[in-house]
Amino acid sequence: MVVAGLVLSGCTVPSFGASPGDTTSSRSVFHLWQGFSIGAALIGGLVVVLVLWAVVRYRRRSERIPPQHQYHIPLELTYTIVPILIVLGLFAATMVVENKEVANPRTNVTIDVNAFQWGWKFTYPGTNAMVVGQTTQTPTMVMPVDTNVHINLTSSDVVHGFYVKAFNFSRYALPGVLNQFTLHALSTGTFFGQCTQLCGLYHSLMWFDVKVVTPAQYQAWLAAFHGPAASAAAAAASAAVRQQTSSITPTKPATSTGAG
Amino acid sequence: MVDVLERPLTRAEPPPEAHGPTGLLKWLTTTDHKVIGLSYTVTAVIMMVIGGAFAEIIRAQLASPNGTLVSLAQFNELFTMHGSVMIYLFAGPFAFGALANIIVPIQIGAPDMAFPRLNALSYWLYLTGSITMLSGFFTAGGAASFGWVGYAPLSNSLNTPGAGADLWIGGLLLTGFSAIFTGVNLVATIFYLRAPGMTMFRMPIFTWNLLVTAILILLAFPVLTAGLIMLYADRHFGTHIFSVAGGGVPVLWQHIFWFWGHPEVYILALPFFGMVTEIIAVFSRKPVFGYRGMIFATISIAALSLGVWAHHMFTTGVVLLPFFSMMSLLIAVPTGIKIFNWIGTMWRGEVWFSAAMLMALGFLVTFLVGGLTGVYLASPPLDFFTHDTYFVVAHFHSVVMALVMAAMAGLYYWGPKFTGYLLNETIGKVQFWFLFVGTQVFTLPLYLVGLRGMPRRIAVYPHDPQWQFLNDLSSVGAVLIGISTLVFVANLVYSWKKYPAGDNPWDAQTLEWFTTSPPPHHNFYRLPPIRSERPTWDYNHPEHRSVPHGPSDRGSA
Amino acid sequence: MKVEARFLLGLGLFFGVVGLVYWLWSGEDAGGVMLGAAMLLGFLPGSYYLYWSRRMAPRPEDDSTATPASGAGVVGTFPGSSIWPFTLGMGSFVTVLALVFGIWLLVPGLSLVAWALLGGVAESRRGGHV
Ligand code: HEM
Ligand SMILES: [Cu+2]
Ligand SMILES: [Cu+2]
Repeated sequence: MVVAGLVLSGCTVPSFGASPGDTTSSRSVFHLWQGFSIGAALIGGLVVVLVLWAVVRYRRRSERIPPQHQYHIPLELTYTIVPILIVLGLFAATMVVENKEVANPRTNVTIDVNAFQWGWKFTYPGTNAMVVGQTTQTPTMVMPVDTNVHINLTSSDVVHGFYVKAFNFSRYALPGVLNQFTLHALSTGTFFGQCTQLCGLYHSLMWFDVKVVTPAQYQAWLAAFHGPAASAAAAAASAAVRQQTSSITPTKPATSTGAG
Repeated sequence: MVDVLERPLTRAEPPPEAHGPTGLLKWLTTTDHKVIGLSYTVTAVIMMVIGGAFAEIIRAQLASPNGTLVSLAQFNELFTMHGSVMIYLFAGPFAFGALANIIVPIQIGAPDMAFPRLNALSYWLYLTGSITMLSGFFTAGGAASFGWVGYAPLSNSLNTPGAGADLWIGGLLLTGFSAIFTGVNLVATIFYLRAPGMTMFRMPIFTWNLLVTAILILLAFPVLTAGLIMLYADRHFGTHIFSVAGGGVPVLWQHIFWFWGHPEVYILALPFFGMVTEIIAVFSRKPVFGYRGMIFATISIAALSLGVWAHHMFTTGVVLLPFFSMMSLLIAVPTGIKIFNWIGTMWRGEVWFSAAMLMALGFLVTFLVGGLTGVYLASPPLDFFTHDTYFVVAHFHSVVMALVMAAMAGLYYWGPKFTGYLLNETIGKVQFWFLFVGTQVFTLPLYLVGLRGMPRRIAVYPHDPQWQFLNDLSSVGAVLIGISTLVFVANLVYSWKKYPAGDNPWDAQTLEWFTTSPPPHHNFYRLPPIRSERPTWDYNHPEHRSVPHGPSDRGSA
Repeated sequence: MKVEARFLLGLGLFFGVVGLVYWLWSGEDAGGVMLGAAMLLGFLPGSYYLYWSRRMAPRPEDDSTATPASGAGVVGTFPGSSIWPFTLGMGSFVTVLALVFGIWLLVPGLSLVAWALLGGVAESRRGGHV
C-alpha cells in the first residue's frame, strides 16, 4: 500500500541515493527502495530523537539515585507488535516487486550470456551474432528497447556476477546452473556493467557495456553478422579470445595494476 | 597443582593463592580464566591492529581509480586477509574469548571456568590458528586471495593453488575448534557453576548473551569445520564435492558457509550487545529496562539467525526467496526491542558520559545505521540491486565498527576490574570522537558509491569523479579511525599503573564488582546474597532495589 | 535445571519446525539436514537436563531464596596450572601444518597430541577428589 502510493507520486519523493534506472523492474525496485527509505528515515529519526533526548535531558547533574523502574509491559508490547506489523508491510511490498521482477514472460528475443575468467560472451540464439571480450577489450551486449529480452546466464569456470547499475539488478553466473531472467529496457542508451562477484585476478577489470537500441537498429545489427565473411570473422575473434584466456594462467602474473 | 575449592562464605583468610611456576612458564601453564582472558584480549587487539593496517592499505589503494600501491594479486590477498583477520581472529575471539572469559565466571560467582584446561587449550588453538593463517603472507604464492568467504570453485586447487589457501583452511580449523571448546566451556560454566541464589533469570544480560552465543557456536561452527574439511578434500584428495566437473555442486559451499556465517554474525554481535547493555545500565544508574524482554529478544535473534543464511545468496537464483526474506525481516523485531530497551534504560536515569558510556552510545547510533540498512538487504529486489556493491560493504562496516566501539566500551569499563587500574578518561573521550566521526566519514560515502554502482573487491575502478570523491572521503575516515587506534595505544602507555581503580569505581551492579580489582586467584573472598540480577547494587543500595511495573521478580527455579 | 532444559528443548522445537517447513517448501536438502542437526542439538542435551531436573533436588543456584551458606561445601576441583593444554595446542598446530607442508609432520604432531592427552589424564587422576 505504501509502495502503491509511492508509485503514483514517485517523482516528488526523494531518491535516497538511488535512481529509477532504465528497465520496468528497475523502476519498481526504485519505488520499493523509496518505500523502505521512508520507513527507515522515520524509525531511525525517532530513535535518534529519543537517544538525544535521553542523553541531554537525563545527563548526570547530581549524585541522586533515580527511580529504579524496570518494566513497563504495555510499552514493551507496543514496541514488539508495531515492528511486527511494519515488517509484514515491508514483506508484502517486497513480494509484489519480487514477483514482477523474477517473472519470465514469453518473448522471442533471447541472449545467452556466458561469463568466464575474465570476460563475457554474448550470443544470440537463432542468429550468427556473437560478441566476446575480456578485461580491457570491453564487450558490448546489444539489446532492443521496449522489448522483453530473455537472458540465459551461465558461467564456464567460477562464480561471476552480472550487474548493470542502470537496471538496478544483478544475478550470479554460477557454474553448472542456468540462470534465467527478463530485462525490459525503457529507453535507448549505453550502460556500464561489471562483474560483481570476486572471480580471481582480473575481477576488477571484468567490464562490459549494454547498448540499448531501437528494434530496427537491433535487427540491422543482427543482420550484419549474416553471410560467411561475418561469421568467419566472429569465429576467429572468439577463438582468439579463448586463446588469450587460456594463456592467462590463474597464478600470479608479474604485472602490476594500471591496466584500467 | 590442584585446588579443591570450597564455596567462599565470609572468609577471614584469602583463598588459596596461585601457585606453581612463574614467569614465561607461568603464562604457558596457566589455567586461570582471567589470565587466559587477558591473553585473548591482548592477542585479539593485536589482530585488530593488523587487520586495520590491511584496511588502511586497501583504502590508500582506492584513493585513486588507478592506484598502483599494490598489484591486483596483492589487493586480493589484502582484502581477503583483512576480512579474515577481522572476523575470525579479532571480532569472534574478542567477543567470546576475551572479556567473556574474564567476566562471565565472576558475574555468576564461579571460581573459574568449568574446564580450565580446555579453556587454556582454546587459547593455544586460537593463537596457533592465527599464526597459521597469517603466515600465508610468507609463502611463495602469497596469502589466501579468494575473499573471506572462500567461494567454491574459486577456492579450489585449480583456481587458487598454493600454500596460502591451505594455511587459511588450517588456521580456520584450529580457530574453529578453539571456538567450539570455548562454547562448551561457557555452557557448562553457566549451567553448573552459578552461585547460590543466582537463578537463570538473575544472570546479568552479558552472561545471558554469552550463554546464547555459546549455543550458537555449538550449532554453527561444526558446520564450518565440516565444510573446510570438504574443501580441503576437494583441493588435495581429488574429491569433487564443490566442482561441477566431477558432478559436485558449487552452491553447496555457499549453503554450508552461510549456515555458519550468518549465525557467526550474531556470535560476534551478541556478546557486544551484552556489554553495551550492562554499561548503559551502570552509567544511567538504573536497572536494565525490560530485563526479561531483553533475554527473550536475544534468544529470538539467535533462533532466527539459523534460518536466514541464504539471504547472502539471493542473487544465486537458486534459493527460496520468500522464506529467507521473511525470516531475515523478522530479526529486525527483536533487534528493535533491544534498541528501545537501551533507550528505556537511560530514560529518567542519571546519564554519566564516561569514556565507556560514550563508546556505548557511539555503538548505539552506528549500529542503528547498520541495522536499518540491513533491513533493505533482507528484501530480495533491493538485494539484487545492492549485492556485492559497496552498499553492502558500508552496511556491514556500520555494524562491525559499532562492535569495535562496543569492544572499546568494554575495555574502558572492565579493564579496571582485571588490571586494577583505570584508563585516562580524557584521552578516552578524544579516542571516542576520532573513532565515531571517523567511522561515519568512512562508511557513509561507501553507501553512496555503492548505490552508484561500485562493486566490492576491486583494486581499480573506472574514472568517475563522483566515485573518486566518495572514495577519497572514505579513505579520510579510515585515517581518522587509524588515529583513534593510536590514541588508544597512547592511553595505555600514559595511564600505565597510574590510576588505581578500587573494587567498584563505577558504582556498578553485578557480581564482578563485589570482589577486588583484580580479583583474587579464585575470584571471591565472600559473596553477597543474590536476590536479583544486581547483587552488588542491592548490597550497596539496599533502599534502591528495582521497582517492577510488570511481573515481579518471580525468581524461576 | 528446569529452565536450562526448557531453553534447549524450546530451541530444538523451533529448529525442528523451521527445518520441516523449509525442507517441505524448498526441497533443498543441505539446509534441511543442517536444520535437522540443529534440532538435535537442542533436543539431545535438553532432554538430558529434563531427565535430571525431574530426579534431582533443586540446586542452590536454582533456588531463588538460597543464601551463600546454602551452597557451602566443595564446588569442585580446579587445576592450578598445567602444561598439557599448551602441549596439546602445539601438537594440534603441528598436525594442521601437516595439511600444508607435508604428511611427515603428522609424526611429531600426533606424538605431541598423544603425549599431552596421556599427560593430561594422568594429571587428572593425581588431582583426585571431585
Ligand atoms: C579501520 C577500520 C576498517 C576499514 C578502513 C575497513 C575497510 C574495508 C574495506 C575498504 C573493505 C572492502 C574491500 C574491498 O571490497 O575491496 C573491507 C572489507 C571487509 N571488512 Fe573492513 N574495514 C575496517 C574494519 C573492519 C572490521 C572491524 C571488520 C570486522 C570485524 C571488518 C570486516 C571486513 C570484512 C569481512 C570485509 C569483506 C572482505 C571480503 O570482501 O572478503 N572490517 N574493509
Ligand atoms: Cu568477477
Ligand atoms: Cu546474514
